[in-house]
Amino acid sequence: MMTTTTPVKAEARNLSFFYNGGNHALKGVNMPLYENKITALIGPSGCGKSTFLRCFNRMHDLYPGNKYEGQIVMHPDNTNILEKSVDPIEVRMRISMVFQKPNPFPKSIYENVAYGLRVRGENNKRMLDDKVEEALKGAALWNEVKDRQQDLAFNLSGGQQQRLCIARALATDPEIMLFDEPTSALDPIATANIEELMSELKNKLTILVVTHNMQQAARVSDYTAYMYLGELMEYGDTDTIFTRPTRKETEDYITGKFG
Amino acid sequence: MLAALSAVFTTVAIVGILLYESYGFFEHVALKDFLTDTVWTPLFENPRYGILPLVSGTLTITGVALMIAIPIGTISAIYLSEFASHKVRETVKPILELLEGVPTIVFGYFALLFITPLLQKIFPGLPTFNMLSPGIVVGIMIIPYIASVSEDAMRAVPMSMREGSYAMGATRFQTAIRVVTPAAISGIVAAYILGISRAIGETMVVAIAAGQQPNLTFNPMESAATITAYIVQVAMGDLPHGSIGYQSIFAAGLVLMLMTLTLNLIGHMTRKKFSERY
Repeated sequence: MMTTTTPVKAEARNLSFFYNGGNHALKGVNMPLYENKITALIGPSGCGKSTFLRCFNRMHDLYPGNKYEGQIVMHPDNTNILEKSVDPIEVRMRISMVFQKPNPFPKSIYENVAYGLRVRGENNKRMLDDKVEEALKGAALWNEVKDRQQDLAFNLSGGQQQRLCIARALATDPEIMLFDEPTSALDPIATANIEELMSELKNKLTILVVTHNMQQAARVSDYTAYMYLGELMEYGDTDTIFTRPTRKETEDYITGKFG
Repeated sequence: MLAALSAVFTTVAIVGILLYESYGFFEHVALKDFLTDTVWTPLFENPRYGILPLVSGTLTITGVALMIAIPIGTISAIYLSEFASHKVRETVKPILELLEGVPTIVFGYFALLFITPLLQKIFPGLPTFNMLSPGIVVGIMIIPYIASVSEDAMRAVPMSMREGSYAMGATRFQTAIRVVTPAAISGIVAAYILGISRAIGETMVVAIAAGQQPNLTFNPMESAATITAYIVQVAMGDLPHGSIGYQSIFAAGLVLMLMTLTLNLIGHMTRKKFSERY
């Protein structure tokens, strides 16, 4: 059913994850992410979809006692990004993330977008200016903020802040972008803007998005994964998952009988 | 309600007495002399009432204290909040708070009997009573305040902001300096202001170790008196109630109060300016 011709950008191989204290949050997940496609993760709260997403940029490393098993392999270089010898900072340089709640830094709009470049040691003004403009355009925010780039980012609306966070994540030219319920704190218009933006962004990069909103998954994604209790229950192209799911559980969740 | 009222009443009463007694003082001494004369000798045959030497002593000691306390306090706060393990933090914080409880007279003799001789080895010409030694000790004394209040402010920065920074590939150090510190700046500034107020109001250490000679200088290597040291010196003597010398301590107290009031206002304004919205 899956188009085998689409190249794989990254894939989880037998991925398990244990939180500090032993909670077995992911159980042997095998799942490819296709290049320049949007993959949506759906499932009831606590099913492990955010946990899965946060494995991709090693966010779990920030908290002591967490443990990964299995692999996440990036293509084309075949790097297992969960390998101990791989620096999580290197991983985060290639895979960026947009969070559930907009989390701009207490800095100007410009400095927020330039942040990723600055921490990489880039201080060339001309280069930063160009990159910031490009990222703000890429996040469909340029027209609204071009004349006030030195304003504090907190002065933007919630939807604008989230687009700023997308611009920030975009500025470093990542290969994969992770979205953790990116619209759950936004109103419907801001949500529509973000969804439209995601559809444009997939031309440049690969997207993995966690969503609670079934319609959103159906609208924006090319592939959908349904997770339950830390296991990948069903994975396939979005049309198939939503119209002809093979498993009863998936159907129940999608139709709202459960969850 | 009654308790709250009693606090308000006490404050009003203190300000009222300060103003009333100072009024008596300023009936004898012109405000211009008070603010511009460079000699403070209210208890001499020919008394002169220039507050400037006391203000310079206060500011010099506060300056020395801040040069010690702000860097060390801030770095300690960043370390405790962003780098220390849970165990280290839970051990160090109570010790810091314990340090806040050491009686200031202990610090005073620590300055006079330990720090001053030590400094005299480095600066042979240093007089026994000088402003450097109590300045350093007041600085040590306010480190725990600055560290503890700044650390609280940094801990209050939401984890989501740190995660945002890490997700951009930042290191721990970059996250601490470029994101957490600016996010907590209002609390950190509040900690500094608290520390400054505390340094300005500090009495015992300076009364013991700085000498009690009013001296218009900003050189920490000299001896001098501060506003508080003067007040304690006079209050311990046997001046008749209602005399001008007696009233002079209220005038000095009024200046002290105005200084800390100004600081609190600055602190309040800074807080508003940097008010964080996460």
